[in-house]
Amino acid sequence: MGRIAALTRNPAMIALVAMLAIAGCASKKTPNSAADLGLNGAGAATPGSAQDFTVNIGDRIFFDTDSTSIRADAQTTLSRQAQWLNQYKQYAIVIEGHADERGTREYNLALGARRAAATRDFLVAKGVSASRLKTISYGKERPVAVCDDISCWSQNRRAVTTLSGAGS
Amino acid sequence: MKSILKPLLVVAAMAMGMNGVATLPARATLELNVNKGNVEPMPIAIPDFQGGLGAQISEIVTADLKRSGLFAPIDKNAFVEKITNPDAAPRFDDWKVINAQALVTGSVSKEADGRIRAQYRLWDIFGNQQIAGEQFFANDANQRRVAHIIADAIYEKLTGEKGYFDTRVVFIDESGAKNARKKRLAIMDQDGANVRYLSDGKSIVLTPRFSPNRQEITYMSYESGQPRVYLLQIETGQRELVGNFPGMTFAPRFSPDGQKVIMSLLRDDGNSNIFAMDLRSRSTTRLTNSIAIDTSPSYSPDGSKVVFTSDRGGRAQIYVMGADGSGQTRISFGDGVYSTPVWSPRGDLIAFTKQTGGEFQIGVMKTDGSGERILSSGFQQEGPTWAPNGRVLMFFRDSAGGPKLVSVDLTGRNEQSIPTANFASDPAWSPLLE
Repeated sequence: MGRIAALTRNPAMIALVAMLAIAGCASKKTPNSAADLGLNGAGAATPGSAQDFTVNIGDRIFFDTDSTSIRADAQTTLSRQAQWLNQYKQYAIVIEGHADERGTREYNLALGARRAAATRDFLVAKGVSASRLKTISYGKERPVAVCDDISCWSQNRRAVTTLSGAGS
Repeated sequence: MKSILKPLLVVAAMAMGMNGVATLPARATLELNVNKGNVEPMPIAIPDFQGGLGAQISEIVTADLKRSGLFAPIDKNAFVEKITNPDAAPRFDDWKVINAQALVTGSVSKEADGRIRAQYRLWDIFGNQQIAGEQFFANDANQRRVAHIIADAIYEKLTGEKGYFDTRVVFIDESGAKNARKKRLAIMDQDGANVRYLSDGKSIVLTPRFSPNRQEITYMSYESGQPRVYLLQIETGQRELVGNFPGMTFAPRFSPDGQKVIMSLLRDDGNSNIFAMDLRSRSTTRLTNSIAIDTSPSYSPDGSKVVFTSDRGGRAQIYVMGADGSGQTRISFGDGVYSTPVWSPRGDLIAFTKQTGGEFQIGVMKTDGSGERILSSGFQQEGPTWAPNGRVLMFFRDSAGGPKLVSVDLTGRNEQSIPTANFASDPAWSPLLE
């Protein structure tokens, strides 16, 4: 149960729930779901808002263990992010790099920084101005999922694109 | 600079020899060889010290010696002789029958000026003689310190090695849910007593380390937004940024002479390299320049070399280089990922965290990478720090929802948990004050 609750707190998963709903799949109603937020499917958030970015675009990507390469699914998300960011140029952007707990503290600070940089470089390659982008690493200090197994670690190995002031 | 430790006045060994007690021999006949493979703890009797604070002090001495794993304090209920005059020779035969190898007697009293006066005598039971005796004066705030100093003296006399009980530990106090952990800089005695907070918990703070004179800490904080390395004067609370770099600085440690801080600096390409900064001139020297993560640098005690972690070969491994960055050489070749290397204060070993087979291990290896020995294995544990005598390591282990501090000696057989009110991580052991 703890794991399910953790999943639904994750905005990326909320976006997934929303997309499934459009496709006609019944999604189990859970607290904090897109439906509860009054976001019945994509497009309910004001276009160009931070909420629109988080819910409809997806603010985070995930990495393989001890890896900093941008996976194919992450490339799709980042391409969507770049398109959106290039459309709404009023936002400054901070990319947070995170690691799971299966590494030592100092190494994971460095690993989170590398993930943030890889994410930044991808967005720059997709036309987002480098001057809008800052990075920060939280290492393993800010997990979103808190169980002690693989389902959580995979959610914690992430880079989160945050719009000025909108934390993760 | 005022030291917290200053009020303690240590007075040299007392002249003993009253009541026909044998005078101090040239060397102790009673000695515990701590370099044997399997050390049998020495049975030692420590009756309550005389005086109002006596029992409190002797309890701390007893706990220190017991936790070292080298001594087996005998149950007080087994004692035959009741010590009434700690300055008089004991009835050695009464202690022989309970197989006490050593006996510690002592007393604690209040001086007219308010200070406490503590004295002890160490007796070699089978040698029928006193082998040590000292007295100390301290103010009230240093009661526990007096006990630790006595424990150190006994440890040193009986093992021939420096003690480590009169030391402190800086660490990160952690409280709250795992996904909203509050992290505070804290300092305490090595046995978990006298905790004091050094930060307010508003910002994430990590990896504190002592300066050689025990008066400063270098650590990493998120207080400015971007994580950076700071210096903190423990007594005054004065803080300053170490260097003015554009990106993240992390993994700081002092050089053995206290003149430099060595740390990692994030490169714009996302990799991290090692730099040393001279604290007086503020000049920085680049020591590594690799397209890799180079981090967790730690100086050898003579300051001539640096051990660090790098993933330049694919996965994180341990490397050694000259203090100027020359001759970077990989030394770990075992099956797994190695990180957080820390050079022993004796110079002979490097402690590390190793990840292998889904486990985190704390181990030591010689400085050329040979002779690897694993001292402790667990699901999640990391970050060893050395006791100043190079015989015990402290690290942190995550279990039951959060990290706690654990110590283990070089045999790997004596593991002890260090009591802390909250979760605790990133311990760093202080040096001894000379």
